[in-house]
Amino acid sequence: MSTTETTASGVGPVEGAAVYNVDNPAPLIEAPRKRTKKTPKSTRGNFELAAWLFMRLSGIVLVVLVIGHLVIQLVLDGGVSKVGFAFVAGRWASPWWQIWDLAMLWLAMLHGANGLRTVINDYAERAASRMWLKALLYTATVWTILLGTLVIFTFDPNIR
Amino acid sequence: MPAGTLYRGREGMWSWVAHRVTGVLIFFFLFVHVLDTALVRVSPEAYDKVVATYKTPIVALLEYGLVAAILFHALNGLRVIAVDFWSKGPRYQKQMFWTVMGVWVVLMLGAIYPVLGHAARVLFGS
Repeated sequence: MSTTETTASGVGPVEGAAVYNVDNPAPLIEAPRKRTKKTPKSTRGNFELAAWLFMRLSGIVLVVLVIGHLVIQLVLDGGVSKVGFAFVAGRWASPWWQIWDLAMLWLAMLHGANGLRTVINDYAERAASRMWLKALLYTATVWTILLGTLVIFTFDPNIR
Repeated sequence: MPAGTLYRGREGMWSWVAHRVTGVLIFFFLFVHVLDTALVRVSPEAYDKVVATYKTPIVALLEYGLVAAILFHALNGLRVIAVDFWSKGPRYQKQMFWTVMGVWVVLMLGAIYPVLGHAARVLFGS
């Protein structure tokens, strides 16, 4: 600790003459984690951000679709007692309710699958367990979405 | 585990736990529900037969539980969105939680007759 160090500082002119000026600039020290051409590209992308946003956007839409569905199926016109093949045929005669149910199927399945993906990542501690549980989850999700979509599009009111 | 080290949060943590539990339950029901609805592609009789189980008193009680889970998940989900996107959301998260619970209780009281009325008529006659 000596006073000569103060004058040798590059900070400013308070204690004496600055070492560096316009004609004698300070050496440029690169930021420790600056991205350069040599830095490998991130392979992760923004999947988790997209998933996080999807949960919120699909959630808002699902509140409307699902609560509407509950009111129609469980509250109006005698509640669950009127539900049957004829009731389904009557509703799916309208493209409005076909699209309603299709949107509800896709959004709810993807919303639920992403939720369960998070739960698996949180609680399955072994990498192999996580892998197998998620493989099962994705298989079941894809099959269920395809089955439901097929049922809505190929529904035949005169099947019998 | 030494005493007093288990983290027990308040409204924030327990709403998070309930959101997870209800979410998983609803997702598992969704699989069953898509499968039972797929029976409309088999025959009207097959579909009506499985839907008949939905009209029994015990399953009606399960439906009331499903409605409870869905309504909590929906209302608390809107609270989560408010916490994330509304600048004052985190400050009012506790008040919003009790608002969610209040609206949930009112809706659940309102759902008693529509959802359980049919089961009551089956059990006790109309």
